Amino acid sequence: MAEFLTGAACFILLVVAVGLVRLLRGPGDADRLMAVQLLGTGSIALVLLIGVVSASPALIDVALTLALLAAFAGVALVRASTTRRPPDNSQ
Amino acid sequence: MSALLDLWTVVLVSAGAVFYLAGTVGLLRFPDALTRLHALTKADNLGLGLVVLGLVPQVGGVIIGIKLVAVWLLVMVSGACVAQLIARLVRHGSDPAP
Repeated sequence: MAEFLTGAACFILLVVAVGLVRLLRGPGDADRLMAVQLLGTGSIALVLLIGVVSASPALIDVALTLALLAAFAGVALVRASTTRRPPDNSQ
Repeated sequence: MSALLDLWTVVLVSAGAVFYLAGTVGLLRFPDALTRLHALTKADNLGLGLVVLGLVPQVGGVIIGIKLVAVWLLVMVSGACVAQLIARLVRHGSDPAP
């Protein structure tokens, strides 16, 4: 069972690495943010799989913080790109 | 009994991996940003959800299993919010509608 979970983890890592091509090619910054979101979620799945294989519950807390940070990355970019214009016309 | 649990894990984790693949292929192949966002959220929620559900029987304690599902719920909530923000970013460009 551990080999299967490790194999699934490697497969997900490969898939997310291929998904990063969108980060290079993405026309807009929204596409790049999507690639980062996919990388975040893929690495969460990876950490969970490796955590279960190595039977260390601490890794599940790592996955929790990773989930939180992935959300912050998205919010930070959206916040940064919507306040680029001069602040005078903010409601 | 444990063979049944192993079968459950194998089926669900591989289904989760397939959803990751489908989401990534969608992210790469779809024409414009909003359809890519649709593919991304599928991979996010369903891929991770199936992997988590597949892992629950492999984990010893009940509390750790609940923590696993908590990770999935957090990702679903944060993924939904970020997807809405990305969609607004795509729709209104860099400045939101007045």
